[in-house]
Amino acid sequence: MTRFVFNRLCSTIIVVFCVITVTFFLSRTQKGGAFESGKERPAHITEALEKKYGLDGTAFEQYARYLGNLARGDLGVSFRYRNRRVGEVIAQQLPVSLILGSVAFVIATCGGIVLGMIAAVGRNRWPDYLAMLFALLAISVPTFITGPLLIGYLSLRLGWFPPGGWLSPMSLVLPAICLAAPYVAYVARLMRNSMIEVLGADYVRTARAKGLTEGAIAARHALKAAILPVVAFLGPLAANLVTGSIVVESVFGLPGAGRIFVNGIQNSDTFLLCGIVVVYCLLIVFFNLVVDLLYGWLDPRIRIGNAHG
Amino acid sequence: MERASGWQLLKRNRAALVALWVLVGMVVLSLVGPPILVSIFGDSARGYSEYDFAPPGTVAAPVDGERAQRYLFGTDISGRDLFYRVLMGARVSLLVGLAGAAVSLVLGTVYGVVSGFCGGKIDAFMMRVVDILYSIPRLLFLMIFIAAFGKRFHDGLDGLRLAAQGRGWEDCAELLQALLPYSRIGLLIVALGLIEWLVMARIVRGQVLVLREMTFVKAARALGQTPFGIVRRHLLPNLATLILTYLTLTVPAVVLDESFLSFLGLGIENPAASWGSLLREGAEAWNVLDSHWWLLVFPAVFMSVTMLAFNFLGDGLRDAFDPKSSR
Repeated sequence: MTRFVFNRLCSTIIVVFCVITVTFFLSRTQKGGAFESGKERPAHITEALEKKYGLDGTAFEQYARYLGNLARGDLGVSFRYRNRRVGEVIAQQLPVSLILGSVAFVIATCGGIVLGMIAAVGRNRWPDYLAMLFALLAISVPTFITGPLLIGYLSLRLGWFPPGGWLSPMSLVLPAICLAAPYVAYVARLMRNSMIEVLGADYVRTARAKGLTEGAIAARHALKAAILPVVAFLGPLAANLVTGSIVVESVFGLPGAGRIFVNGIQNSDTFLLCGIVVVYCLLIVFFNLVVDLLYGWLDPRIRIGNAHG
Repeated sequence: MERASGWQLLKRNRAALVALWVLVGMVVLSLVGPPILVSIFGDSARGYSEYDFAPPGTVAAPVDGERAQRYLFGTDISGRDLFYRVLMGARVSLLVGLAGAAVSLVLGTVYGVVSGFCGGKIDAFMMRVVDILYSIPRLLFLMIFIAAFGKRFHDGLDGLRLAAQGRGWEDCAELLQALLPYSRIGLLIVALGLIEWLVMARIVRGQVLVLREMTFVKAARALGQTPFGIVRRHLLPNLATLILTYLTLTVPAVVLDESFLSFLGLGIENPAASWGSLLREGAEAWNVLDSHWWLLVFPAVFMSVTMLAFNFLGDGLRDAFDPKSSR
């Protein structure tokens, strides 16, 4: 157990290191430079600017310096948000993304599990067909279609929800639904398939012989075994929600980290990009660790340590 | 028993067959539609006009000699025919989807076959890498990558064109000139293929693990067949339908990624269009004062129908050919 956590932490550090390196060199190579404004600038001012923003020296010197600062918890200075540290900017924007992501996460897992169970219990009858049709629709129609359509109709035409921004809890409803919808569908499909498999098992037949209703069997006996593929999907789900929230935040105009990420790309804001990617990856890798532990707890047959696939 | 009846199972699947015809129709429409529009309405079909934000069905005043332009789907902010643009967008989106999926097919199959065939520690390591890649937000890196190399790629192509011109290869220079606005598309195809191969690798590896324990593979090995020969003669033919299935499911994933990037303004750029960039324009054009709904609704319908069709077909193929999928 301790050994597993230790091994996983080691691989985490390697992954995060690779992530930082790739992001740093990718975002550094962008042409244009951070300070080009079309005007000529005296050399000594450029030099001072470069020094201030940690851009003096060769690429490797900058990289080494960045790694050193990172180890001390300093994410560097943003180019765009002048005179603000990346840590500050992220600390200000990340909570919005985290709230949105967590709400969508809960909707996706709970909604998906319930929908998948309904489909499995009523398989090859109308609840199944209805649920799977919904799932296929939700997977096929991307967020950037549902988002603008929902804003256009529910917010602008009917005025039920605020059309965007971050003003009240109501402004969270549409973004969270949009973000969660495709993943409700994924989870529902996983849940349905594994549930159908489990419902064919011997111990379920015993439960049925005892006279339990289908619903009670599904909820009380089959759920714990059938939920395993869903748990295995939780890690990738978190990564997908991070990507998805970028679109949702820009569609709904939410002041989250996804939006400053897009801005950062357009402005080649190296340190900001690196900072966001590092923070996201740390969150996701940590989350994956928790999921792995949870997986081992749910299914003791899996010997933690060499489980994969 | 199941293998033999795979195609029959598919033929009995009404939804999958309809989906297949819808896709064929979409491809044909996107290929022949734009030239037909141009031949009917002349150059006004593809150019700008003074009718900005004209609602669907608007008929333009006839210009000398040419037939009056009818804007079936309305026009966009600069008066371009939306129908024409949606069809051109379909070309780009489908091209990126199919070609990107082909790239991922090659990568995923090679990776999966190597991993499954080698087995042991190599397999464990390779699959661990896939697991890690699967659970990090790959598109974020792709976004940075495209922002970083999009312009370079374009400049490189431009440099090639100038070099060709300098040597007097007029045809080559013209071809490159024509390709220049589409440099982004090539970059997108490669980049998206590079991130969407993980599922394919996993599935192929799983099936290779099963196949390599089969008697005919053991027999081939006993007879002295080389590993490469075993892969080519025995594994790949048995993997073909499975690969086809997941190829069909990868295409919509790539189309989705491409429109995701274009929607955020990092993919296809004006004047070229893809469904993603059209949706972006549509979303921007819909505000409190005016609802230019057609700019959003028509691209949305085209894209959704295509995605649905791909997923229906892919699910049908999976039910028919994937031994692991449960019905």
